[in-house]
Amino acid sequence: MDLLLDVLSWISLLGGGFFCIVGGLGVLRLPDFYSRLHASGVIDTLGAGLILFGLLLQAESFDVGIRLVLIFFFLLFTVPTATHALAKSALHSGFEPELDDDGGDPSNS
Amino acid sequence: MFVAALFTILLTMALTLVRALRGPTVFDRILAVNMFGTSTVLGIAVIGFVTDRPDFLDIALVYALISFITTIATLKYFEYGSFGCGRREENG
Repeated sequence: MDLLLDVLSWISLLGGGFFCIVGGLGVLRLPDFYSRLHASGVIDTLGAGLILFGLLLQAESFDVGIRLVLIFFFLLFTVPTATHALAKSALHSGFEPELDDDGGDPSNS
Repeated sequence: MFVAALFTILLTMALTLVRALRGPTVFDRILAVNMFGTSTVLGIAVIGFVTDRPDFLDIALVYALISFITTIATLKYFEYGSFGCGRREENG
């Protein structure tokens, strides 16, 4: 039973780390600000979720586990709100997204 | 096992910092700071498990709160030029 928990937490921790890196690379390579918002979403939902789940499996006592679940739920609520506020503020200040009918390669970076 | 996860989180922080330095617009920088905060939350949680001290998770929770408030405050300041006391006319 203990081995199963270890193997499962190994897989979820490395999976969470992998998706964190995918999000980090996504934020670097995606052409436009609005598409980078998606990359930041990948990190917070999947990367954080898998890592915290891996930690949850290793949690011995109940209060450690409940704290991990609380962190995950809190991240689940606040990060989409922050990303939404970010996108609204960017759009509000006249920063147009790169639509594909602009023709040609994206202008910035 | 935890050290491997910690290493991936540190790598994500490095990638986020590169975006923060290179970001053409200020919104990219705010986004990078937001992602750096979330990675710090995960890093503190994993460090808490590496050093086998469960009270680190409280620090991680508080840091998640602060990171969220930082993003919202920066946006509020940047969009309204001040902390929202004098709202500009055109947005009603």
